[in-house]
Amino acid sequence: MTLIVKTVVRIVSAFIVLYGIYIILYGHLTPGGGFPGGVIVAAAFILIMLAYGKEIALKRFGDRSASLLDNFGALGFLVIALLGLTGGYFFFNFINKGQPFRLVSAGTMPLSNIAIGIKVLACLYAVFVALAIFGRAVHRVERGDLKGGEER
Amino acid sequence: MHNLLPLFIGIPLGAVFLGLIIAKLWRGVGDLFAFLGTLSLTAFSFCLLGHPPFIYKMGGWIPPVGINLVSDGLSTFMLIVINTVAFLAICFSLKYMELYTAKPKYYALFMLMLAGMNGVALTGDMFNLFVFLEIASIASYALVAFGCEHEELEASFKYIILGGAASAFILLGVAILYSITGTLNMADMAQIFSSGKINKAALFALAFFTMGFGVKGALVPFHAWLPDAHPSAPAPISAMLSGVLIKVLGIYALTRIIFNVFGFTPTLGTILMALGGLSMVMGALLAIGQDDLKRLLAYSTISQIGYIVLGLGLGTPLGIMGGLFHLLNHATFKSLLFMSSGAIEYSTGTRKLSQMGGLNKRLPVTTATSTVGFLSVSGIPPFNGFFSKLIVIIACVEAHQYIYAGVAVFVGLFTLLYFMRVQRNLLFGDLPETLKGIKEVPFLMCLSLVILTLLCLGLSFLYPLMSKTILASARDALLDTSAYIKLVLGG
Amino acid sequence: MIVYLLTLFLFVMGIYCLVAKKNIVKKVIGIVIMDYAVNLFLVLVGYRREGVAPILLKGMDRAKFATQSVDPLPQALVLTSIVIGLGVLALMVALCIRLYEKYKTFDMSEIRRLRG
Repeated sequence: MTLIVKTVVRIVSAFIVLYGIYIILYGHLTPGGGFPGGVIVAAAFILIMLAYGKEIALKRFGDRSASLLDNFGALGFLVIALLGLTGGYFFFNFINKGQPFRLVSAGTMPLSNIAIGIKVLACLYAVFVALAIFGRAVHRVERGDLKGGEER
Repeated sequence: MHNLLPLFIGIPLGAVFLGLIIAKLWRGVGDLFAFLGTLSLTAFSFCLLGHPPFIYKMGGWIPPVGINLVSDGLSTFMLIVINTVAFLAICFSLKYMELYTAKPKYYALFMLMLAGMNGVALTGDMFNLFVFLEIASIASYALVAFGCEHEELEASFKYIILGGAASAFILLGVAILYSITGTLNMADMAQIFSSGKINKAALFALAFFTMGFGVKGALVPFHAWLPDAHPSAPAPISAMLSGVLIKVLGIYALTRIIFNVFGFTPTLGTILMALGGLSMVMGALLAIGQDDLKRLLAYSTISQIGYIVLGLGLGTPLGIMGGLFHLLNHATFKSLLFMSSGAIEYSTGTRKLSQMGGLNKRLPVTTATSTVGFLSVSGIPPFNGFFSKLIVIIACVEAHQYIYAGVAVFVGLFTLLYFMRVQRNLLFGDLPETLKGIKEVPFLMCLSLVILTLLCLGLSFLYPLMSKTILASARDALLDTSAYIKLVLGG
Repeated sequence: MIVYLLTLFLFVMGIYCLVAKKNIVKKVIGIVIMDYAVNLFLVLVGYRREGVAPILLKGMDRAKFATQSVDPLPQALVLTSIVIGLGVLALMVALCIRLYEKYKTFDMSEIRRLRG
């Protein structure tokens, strides 16, 4: 990519991540929540990959760590749901709900949003990485590095 | 007991994510979690037997505002079928999936599919049904393509396109129903529909549901993906797909909506019976000329699903009993047949009937179990297939549907014809030169086959007991809509 | 009324694209159009004439808000449905790539090894 794109991406991507985190955290007050916020943060990482190429992006945030983060996010969501059993029901909102219109309120909703946000960002990034490096295993087979069918 | 219901969804999901995390360190964790998970779920589903119906309010929200899980006779019945077949499929795949790479991912997708199916069987909310349906479907699309060979990818692509279109139709039906009734809870919708005449738009939604769930349940004319997808999947997945997935996602969801939400009328019954009759005939006719063993079994699945839908479409108590019993029987013998075809493929390395023969000399256990499976599906007494087909035919005669009874008898004879041909060519006869050195399959695979064989025989003897307990409560849950409404909204 | 008919027309366009095109990527686009048409229909079901967005701000009267806002439930349903559509799209695209690698073409009429 050209110098203009690289410079702009270098400046802007941090703000995109910040904006995405804002959307995730304020999900119970304003429109948004886990899924759109996660998509925005993932878009920032994908932007870095598009501007700088996949080697640099994968060095920063590789496919293994993306898939690990994905599973941790989902596990976090499941744990929050199971902890609701302490209040009597699955998915029960068992944390003190506080006063409305404040950031720390509404019980488990911000925590669920954060878990879903982590999951979605890792998941979308992992999907993009998987599609981008797809040819790699095929080419390594043809070059003789990797036996056919071996898992990366 | 009360908190058991969300565990049916929570345990498989936990097994998926925890398994994928720990699999980076130790590959065998997938086997362990899958085995323990399905074993515990089977035990839990048997615990629900005989328990009076109850609901579980998710998050403490009362219906009709919140999502609730309903455990009545039919849900318990479906849960037992799903979890038992899943457990036996996992036992089988502990050894069989050594043929493929990426075993932890296989277990993750399998448990995800199981979580989706359990959710569909339990839920009492229309959109929640759609979400769990999609979870199970997407996991099955990926599982059909698991081997990543030419034909598996093509079959999975056809399956995903048709399945995706069907899901769009189902969601459109849900949207139309929401706009008419203003609620998503199935019992609330049933209450609105039972008092007064049905809005014309609801019939439109019903047509969309028939199309969408018909694709998922492989009713003719929506069956085109099944003969490609089921042979291409790995053998335990074929057993799950044919044995449980199309029944839960297609038939269970459609009958729950038709019987409990809309209310069963003779017109709807005629539509179901027509679809069932068409499926029976087309499946049987198309199965005759097949060379590939698993493709033959897939066409036979289409035919047997026709029996189930015919029985359910009659609407009489005996008909529904026959349909549900045939659902249970088909789950056992079809998964037995697919798993034994997997065992045959594991030993011989091929699936083409023209290249095999005389396997009884080398594979005694597989031969015995496959013979039981072939006899069951053809409807030979004393195996279970005979009794369920007999009940469906008697129910047809009792309801004065003589044409359908005649068609059912004719299709039964046809099934006998092609399965006897397959059995004679495959298992008895001369062993070809290329297959002289084959050995029997490993113990765990034999275990699943033997358990299913015993079930095939045992279910026919257990039928008098079951017809008063499980099957009776399942049938009453379908027939009695007001009990369903009272269970969800009144409690 | 005309809005619902236009949404269903978009749905039918998606079906046309799915059926009439031979390229598998165009079929995938057809499914995506169908999904989005149904999502649009679902959101429009919740519309109330001269309604406000369903965001409760500080100092708003709750009862008046409840009678005036559009229905927020279809919006939550559509959020879930978009995620599901995204998952199916990712899987379809991955299948397209793998099909291209195996069959060397995107043309559906040439990807026909399974027949009969």
